[in-house]
Amino acid sequence: MMRRSASKKAGQPNSTNSINFSPSDLFRTASSRASSKEMERIDNLFHSYANRSLGMIDPEGIETLCSDMEVDHTDVRILMLAWKMKAEKQGYFTLEEWRRGMKALRADTVSKLRKALPELEKEVKRPSKFEDFYSYSFCYCLTEEKQKSIDIESICQLLDLVLGSHFRAQVDYFIEYLKIQSDYKVINMDQWMGFFRFCNEISFPDFSNYNPDLAWPLILDNFVEWMQLKQT
Amino acid sequence: MTMNERKTIDLEQGWEFMQKGITKLKNILEGLPEPQFSSEDYMMLYTTIYNMYTQKPPHDYSQQLYDKYRESFEEYITSSVLPSLREKHDEFMLRELVKRWTNHKVMVRWLSRFFHYLNRYFIARRSLPPLNEVGLTCFRELVYQEVNAKVRDAVISLIDQEREAAYYSRKAANWIVDDSCPDYMLKAEECLKREKDRVSNYLHSSSEPKLLEKVQHELLSVWANRLLDKEHSGCHALLRDDKVEDLSRMFRLFSKIPRGLDPVSSTFKQHVTAEGTALVKLAEDAASTKKAEKRDVVGLQEQVFVRKVIELHDKYLAYMNDCFQNHTLFHKVLKEAFEAFCNKGVAGSSSAELLATFCDNILKKGGSEKLSDEAIEETLEKVVKLLAYISDKDLFAEFYRKKLARRLLFDKSANDDHERSILTKLKQQCGGQFTSKMEGMVTDLTLARENQTNFEEYLSNNRNANPGIDLTVTVLTTGFWPSYKSFDLNLPAEMIKCVEVFRDFYQTKTKHRKLTWMYSLGTCNLIGKFEPKTMELIVTTYQASALLLFNSSDRLSYSEIMIQLNLTDDDVVRLLHSLSCAKYKILNKEPNTKTISSTDQFEFNSKFTDKMRRIKIPLPPVDEKKKVIEDVDKDRRYAIDASIVRIMKSRKVLGHQQLVMECVEQLGRMFKPDFKVIKKRIEDLITRDYLERDKDNPNMFRYLA
Repeated sequence: MMRRSASKKAGQPNSTNSINFSPSDLFRTASSRASSKEMERIDNLFHSYANRSLGMIDPEGIETLCSDMEVDHTDVRILMLAWKMKAEKQGYFTLEEWRRGMKALRADTVSKLRKALPELEKEVKRPSKFEDFYSYSFCYCLTEEKQKSIDIESICQLLDLVLGSHFRAQVDYFIEYLKIQSDYKVINMDQWMGFFRFCNEISFPDFSNYNPDLAWPLILDNFVEWMQLKQT
Repeated sequence: MTMNERKTIDLEQGWEFMQKGITKLKNILEGLPEPQFSSEDYMMLYTTIYNMYTQKPPHDYSQQLYDKYRESFEEYITSSVLPSLREKHDEFMLRELVKRWTNHKVMVRWLSRFFHYLNRYFIARRSLPPLNEVGLTCFRELVYQEVNAKVRDAVISLIDQEREAAYYSRKAANWIVDDSCPDYMLKAEECLKREKDRVSNYLHSSSEPKLLEKVQHELLSVWANRLLDKEHSGCHALLRDDKVEDLSRMFRLFSKIPRGLDPVSSTFKQHVTAEGTALVKLAEDAASTKKAEKRDVVGLQEQVFVRKVIELHDKYLAYMNDCFQNHTLFHKVLKEAFEAFCNKGVAGSSSAELLATFCDNILKKGGSEKLSDEAIEETLEKVVKLLAYISDKDLFAEFYRKKLARRLLFDKSANDDHERSILTKLKQQCGGQFTSKMEGMVTDLTLARENQTNFEEYLSNNRNANPGIDLTVTVLTTGFWPSYKSFDLNLPAEMIKCVEVFRDFYQTKTKHRKLTWMYSLGTCNLIGKFEPKTMELIVTTYQASALLLFNSSDRLSYSEIMIQLNLTDDDVVRLLHSLSCAKYKILNKEPNTKTISSTDQFEFNSKFTDKMRRIKIPLPPVDEKKKVIEDVDKDRRYAIDASIVRIMKSRKVLGHQQLVMECVEQLGRMFKPDFKVIKKRIEDLITRDYLERDKDNPNMFRYLA
């Protein structure tokens, strides 16, 4: 895929025309100059994928980006990238979001971006960040304005994508349960986060420390009951 | 102080010094924190006496010292020892006496050591009793003289108690083997009575409780379990055989020993629960032999069950009075026992429904005509008492309301006074909120009658408004009455005019209210011109509308009827069935099968007749059970939501378990909320942003203002 030419230049840094300046000034302007070059490259990259009339990268652009990076667009690393960018709308990246993510990853070319992915994965998997990523991934899937919950089918896919590698067994069984139960047609944020806590705290598959009298979401009480019946 | 240098000690001075020593001794004897006498203390005291004795006259104080020695004992006995003995009795007094005597001996020993020098010369010279004897004599004269009679009594009483205990212990061991529980209890009661009499005759009255306690212990406490558990005559057997007198005795006896009533009340509870559960099973078995299509209908067996439960309740209420002296423990276990089995349904019908149906049967026409007014009142009173044991009171209320509506609207209520009376009883038991809608319904009927009078007046004043048919309209206040589905029935032309006329009349009375017509609740009197004879048919409005179609068509298909009436399949099937497949065949059906199908054809049966001139063609009501349960579940969800919000609003932050507990308590008067349902409501309220989970503690919730 050919790179489109830059259509916009990034803003010029402060001019260095003053006669008197100290070494620190010299240093600053040099790094500003460097960063302005970087910014220019980042912006150029953005525009090479962006939809011109929208002013943002749209799903088609993302797909192109993915194929350039040799990553499947359904890969969890793309979700991680969105998280790093703090992207608000699923399937779209604004310039600000793009800048944010690329700067944080220190990438201004596609190849640097691709090389940054393993590091990004590691970062997300850190316990301090993972919960935030997990909760982000739910919000990212709320596409309608007042939407607060996600349908079962999508939840199952999301769970597998986001949590599958960490808690394979729990996720597989829970997905199975979600598909056969009929009490809930959608899952909300509270239930989503509840499941995360469940995976972290509850001993599996014996559930010996699970107490339904506590404030676990009801769907998890039902899930545990169903599992315990299966096991007898 | 050496012999050579000594100064003269005068009596007062010297005695002051000695007094300190004596006080120290007394403190030690009384058990106060006082260090023991050191050798030096002792030396000083002894030497003081020696010096005072060996001084030259007039400072030789031997006689005074001897007197003061004796006085020391007298003073101590009078001020401390005697008072402490006087305030105690029996065994306690004996113990105190022993203690004081021991102390006294110690005091004598020590004081006589301090004053020892007197013993050596003064006493022999004057032939006086030695110090030891003086001390002991004080005790005899002051203490012994006073208490010896009391002491003797106390000792005898102690001996007696020991003897009694041994006696009864032996007797009881024999009786427990040979005698039945009632016989043993008779003997025990007699023994206790005898002992009581004996004590009041010659032993100190304060001995009585202790003595009786001992006898009770030997006769009852020791053998309690074995006695109560006796297979053919123990507590369980007495209950089974209704031995009221023996049970009263058992209560009297066991109420005296500590926690003696616990096993008795526990056996009682088991017994009542078992009896009640047996009634449930009996009813279940009888119901299982019912025919399949009658399975859901509350039938005769279930009514019999309610009657039997009432009888059981009466029986054990009598026991409360006759056997158990209305003791709170027994009232408590009676309540628990009834709660245990009264909440089991029979044959798919909850106990709430059974009770409501029972009331309906009493209150409706043809229900209990044989009973007198008092008997009916009494029965209603008893039923309301049973309601206290039902946890789903709101379900009862809804069933009751549904049935009350039918009674009122179809003129099936036997007696207005009884209707009001039971509402008063329900109000007393469950509060005003429980009965407010029902009361509204009864009032509506009274108002409706008034309204009807006004309507008839209006008609006679406006001749041209007259629809040509007698019309009675009952206006109901929405909100009091159960919700009914109202369909847009296509009324026959004649009836449309009626509706319009009433509407006009109602407009003259009030402009602010909206009338919604419930044709499903109406009745109609039709004149049927059959060939054999003309007859009057009492039918529902739906049935009438269907029949009137045949005034303009000889033959109609199922679908034609349905389209013309604009009703649902369910309603059409039901009403056509009642007119062509039931007892009275007003319509002929082709094919002549027992059920209605959508391809059937119908014709007016001109040959129909009956020996009566006037017949009522019933339209079996739709089974309300499902709807009632649905409505109650819905109301419960709202009630739980409201309760949770109320609690969280006042507490702001609360743990999950606490929230659930308070919710259950708040709602307990009407129903027992399911834990899972409460959890679901909490989650729903979280989604609706009333609450949120605390960020640090997922088991806590916060109220979101």
